Amino acid sequence: MNKILFAFLVVAFAATPAHAFNLFACEPEWGALAQELAGDKITIDVATTALQDTHQIEAKPSLIAKMRRADLVVCSGAELEIGWLPQLIKQAGNPRVGSGPGYFMAATAITTLEKPSQLDRAAGDVHPEGNPHFQMDPNRVLAIAVALDARLVELDGANAATYKSRLADFTTRWQAAIKKWEARAAPLKGKKVIVHHMSWVYLEQWLGFEQVGALEPKPGIPPTSAHLSTLIDIAKNQGVFAILRAAYQDPKPGDWLSERTGVPALTLPFTVGGDDKSKDLFGLFDSTIDKLLGAIK
Amino acid sequence: MRKSLILLGLLTALANPALAADATQKQLDDLGARIKALEANAQQLRDQAAAALAAAQAAKDELDKMKATQANAAVAAVSAPEQSAAPAGANGNAFNPAIAVIMNGLYAYHSKDPGTFVRAGFPGGTEPIPRGISVGESEVSLAANIDDKFYGQLTLSYADQGDSAHTNIEEAFIDTTTLPAGLTLRAGRFFSDIGYLNSHHAHTDNFVDRPLVYQSLLADQYGDDGVQVHWLAPTDFYLSLGGELFRGQNYPSAGAGHQGVGAKTAFAHLGGDFGDENSWLGGVSVLKFATRNGQDGFSGDETLYVADGTWKWAPQGNTKDGGVTVRSEFMVDRRDGVVDTLSSAAAPPVDPFSLAAPELAEPWAGTRRGMYIEGIYRINRTWDTGYRFDRLWAAGSGPYASTFDPLRHSVMLTWRNSEFSLLRLQYSHDELNPNQTDNALYLQYQVSLGAHGAHKF
Repeated sequence: MNKILFAFLVVAFAATPAHAFNLFACEPEWGALAQELAGDKITIDVATTALQDTHQIEAKPSLIAKMRRADLVVCSGAELEIGWLPQLIKQAGNPRVGSGPGYFMAATAITTLEKPSQLDRAAGDVHPEGNPHFQMDPNRVLAIAVALDARLVELDGANAATYKSRLADFTTRWQAAIKKWEARAAPLKGKKVIVHHMSWVYLEQWLGFEQVGALEPKPGIPPTSAHLSTLIDIAKNQGVFAILRAAYQDPKPGDWLSERTGVPALTLPFTVGGDDKSKDLFGLFDSTIDKLLGAIK
Repeated sequence: MRKSLILLGLLTALANPALAADATQKQLDDLGARIKALEANAQQLRDQAAAALAAAQAAKDELDKMKATQANAAVAAVSAPEQSAAPAGANGNAFNPAIAVIMNGLYAYHSKDPGTFVRAGFPGGTEPIPRGISVGESEVSLAANIDDKFYGQLTLSYADQGDSAHTNIEEAFIDTTTLPAGLTLRAGRFFSDIGYLNSHHAHTDNFVDRPLVYQSLLADQYGDDGVQVHWLAPTDFYLSLGGELFRGQNYPSAGAGHQGVGAKTAFAHLGGDFGDENSWLGGVSVLKFATRNGQDGFSGDETLYVADGTWKWAPQGNTKDGGVTVRSEFMVDRRDGVVDTLSSAAAPPVDPFSLAAPELAEPWAGTRRGMYIEGIYRINRTWDTGYRFDRLWAAGSGPYASTFDPLRHSVMLTWRNSEFSLLRLQYSHDELNPNQTDNALYLQYQVSLGAHGAHKF
């Protein structure tokens, strides 16, 4: 028994890679941002894919193992990951990320929208700290990049020069891209959409289009046929140009409404990896704007 | 100016009337042209100025807009920490622990009276769910970081026992949070990490009641006062090893032997993923203890071995929206000691008028086994359904001996309104002993209030 255990441990240690700076990203967008800022200086574990609902991940054994070796955890925060992140941290026994600088919640670097003035679960799965889907606002992404870069410099001083120069480079490219996106998306101003979940408020605010309905009657509560039928009139009469959903969301309710109203249902990538073009953060916004513009032509 | 021009013209005209008329006209024309040119020039300048002004205004607008955008982001970066820091100073309750309340209620139909149940070969364990309407166990859990090095959790449960309500300290433990090398220490009262279901709270179960092997051998779950050391290996896959020392007061142990350190455990769990859609977790555990006057009449040494395995598949890994979970556990219960057949539930009814002295303590060394396997099909976020097969194998000899091995089939259907509430319907066909087969129908509601729980895999 002891011999077996010993052999097991030897194998376990042998399998451990040499220490590098490990970053654990809850969502693909933060993994992609870390990639922009750090390049090959760090190892990045991304916990979820664009096809997964990050509200509803399980504290899987594989994720606990990844959390165990993390030097920095980067997540959206604002309680998006409340159903699984605390459990991962608790089970990983990793003091570097339990609290302090190794725990980076993007929401603390920006202001969130839709902070509820009243907290009541009768209103659905409300996030007390506001809407956590802010990766769809490139200005907020830039603010988060600045804060994350400072954290990388703090924790991994040896590569500080790389992080600083990569941030400067990213900022230049990103600001130029924002100008380009804003110019391209100008025709979307004032247009109206129906959304699946409240995932798009930041994109709407940035590009100036308007949300007139949601397929989920309340956040986190699946669409019902009774609620969907109330949206038919809105979709037909208010000049709605698209029904928006994220790549991970169930296409059925949106398709149902689309069939009855003729309004196209759009599957937007929502995060890096959400479609073929969204290979990085730039591709994510290129693809999102392409798809939105495609619907108004 | 004009006056002096006219005067000049007049004087010239007076001086040389014939010539003067022509010259004056020419000069006047010249002057008019120059005035026109000047006026045109002025207009052009005005136009240019207006254009410049418009351009300046546009630039200013652009700048304001940029400032606003940057301010949004930059101000946020500065002000967010201040905002979040404000309530802590203003409100003494800001450090209150996270409070979660679990409530559930049941309606149970049994075809046989649960008061008469005798499970062949397995006298101890959980009481059957009573007939009719009942509020099951209600649970209040408080949890928070204690300081920079410790986390604490207290779970109180309220349940009826006989005629009175009974408050039970289900868990009261502290965990270390900053030990290096993947080590965690726990002390207090807690559920042992043996097996799969043992450390899970009943409200995360897929069925109304625990599998028979848990009911019979662990009275649903083994928890006691103790200490635990836990180590998570620094591997790419999940490997966790741990051990516990317990007081040995609670079933299946009893009597807090070995001067109050009557039970010890060791466990290993291994897990990982196959792609994005498949996850698995497996483990082996052992629980050893010395019992004095246990609930089933046993005194002596007991060793319980547990093997557990869980596999989950879900499209794209979205386990809450669909997919299949299969779980099985197998237990072997080895005992070496004596059974007090007089007080034991296994004892035959004693004839008070019999002259023969009842055999008080019958020596017994033997093995009993049990297992369950369950499959859950998650249809969508709202509905899931599942089947569970339970089997127990009784000992072939000794005071618990039985030639009948109890088994049970259960099917359930669950409707979830949200993460916080569910309704469950379950049917169980339970073969307790050769002469007793119970058909049960349960309707359960279960809700959680307060803090959003983060559950284990």
